[in-house]
Amino acid sequence: MDNTRYIIIFTVGMTSVVALLLAGLFYATQSKAKENEAIFNKRAVLRAVETYLEKSVDDMDDGEVLSIFENQVQQKVLNMTGEEVGTADVEAAGHKGGKAENIDMAKEKKKDEAERLLPLFTFNYEGGSIQIISVRGSGLWDEIWGNIAIQLDPKVKGVVVGAAFDHKAETPGLGAEIKDNPSFRAMFKDKRLYNDEGDYVSVKVEKGGSKDKYHGVDVISGATVTSVGVGEMLYRGIKYYEPYFNKLTKASDGGVKG
Amino acid sequence: MAETTIQEPKVKEAAPLFGKAERKLLADPLNDNNPITVQVLGICSALAVTTLVYPSVVMSIAVVFVCAFANLFTSLLRNSIPKQIRMIVQLVIIATLVTVVELTLKAFNYTVYKQLSVFIGLIITNCIVMGRLEAFAMANKPWRSFLDGIGNGLGYGAILIVVALIREIFGKGTLFAGSPIELKLIGASNESASFFINTAAESGIGTWFSWYANNNLMVLPAAAMFIIGILIWIQRSWNTKLVDIS
Repeated sequence: MDNTRYIIIFTVGMTSVVALLLAGLFYATQSKAKENEAIFNKRAVLRAVETYLEKSVDDMDDGEVLSIFENQVQQKVLNMTGEEVGTADVEAAGHKGGKAENIDMAKEKKKDEAERLLPLFTFNYEGGSIQIISVRGSGLWDEIWGNIAIQLDPKVKGVVVGAAFDHKAETPGLGAEIKDNPSFRAMFKDKRLYNDEGDYVSVKVEKGGSKDKYHGVDVISGATVTSVGVGEMLYRGIKYYEPYFNKLTKASDGGVKG
Repeated sequence: MAETTIQEPKVKEAAPLFGKAERKLLADPLNDNNPITVQVLGICSALAVTTLVYPSVVMSIAVVFVCAFANLFTSLLRNSIPKQIRMIVQLVIIATLVTVVELTLKAFNYTVYKQLSVFIGLIITNCIVMGRLEAFAMANKPWRSFLDGIGNGLGYGAILIVVALIREIFGKGTLFAGSPIELKLIGASNESASFFINTAAESGIGTWFSWYANNNLMVLPAAAMFIIGILIWIQRSWNTKLVDIS
């Protein structure tokens, strides 16, 4: 029984059965899994404008998330010079679906800076509209990412009105606080991206940073590397969108500078 | 790591479905032969997933499922598996079942799938499953192997949930966070603080000990190590036949 021929037949037989079984199950669950993933991503985007919603994103059910996204959020994809990119071109770049929500930021991060695609979500509410951008950087152990809500303002140009972060493998209780601690996220509200001279400064994440009322937030104690990573991610990530934001502010009020 | 020293009981023909021996198969891994506290297997995932109770429960169910069915299928095939490749065959069976779990979670509970992330995949390398296949399923009939798998999965799950309960309460002050019945148990709430109890907190039930600050150590994997150590100590002082006198 234990001859080579039997072993080969057994192996081939077993592998085929297993392969067929798993392939079948994969196709059966694929559509549901994709749907779940899309809702997960949409929740992440909405979390950045959580303070403008009636209840927290975690308390919403899937239907509510989808309906807000359907009715109040527009999405587009930009290139690095601030021009809109068509659906077909986004799909050609390897993001199936071609919409902003389909963009895999991890894939984009590996490209040259000049060739990256940027997802942009515009959230509309009674008081106006908010731009939600996606940023991605490095924490202590692995990648960190987030969605930042920015209100464009003719006087001070850009103001952060909300932020939500996530991470792959930061230390629980320390670096993971960027996601878990609501007070860290809350510090980003009302921070200005430009100084009084109109130069881009981003939001500084540093020790005692919140003393600077308009431009700084505090680091998380015990998680310096992750915090510095957040600061760096914001500085670089928000700058990518600058060409487009400049266009928007110019179009709306004839290029007034602060 | 995956070596066990279990004496296989003699199988009698036409044994009842839930005779004494079968009950022993289920109960033994819960106490006398617990995979975590006695055999010290499956520690890696026990350290990693036990920060919250809800994912631990899901993880336990997954391990019970994988362990039981891997045992069943291995036992069904035990007389036709070629000896030279038996390990590979066992691994394929485990990997298939784990993939089934992974796909199911991805479709029906995406949040927990995200939380457990890599650890579902790592059930494949969980020493408990492999150990049971080698030590039990290869030499026993399907029904008994199936029971043995359930027993060992439960033994693993019981420890996981106890550790997670302690870690979540003291590390985060919550219970079942992430599930529909999330509770805030201890620590400061929105209510003004009194020493013992804050009334009318978010969940409707008061939270206790407003002065309590979450213990960050409990969130780190090291805490699980201490807690499992203490559990082993408690178990041995109560179940003295586990103590190795030699």
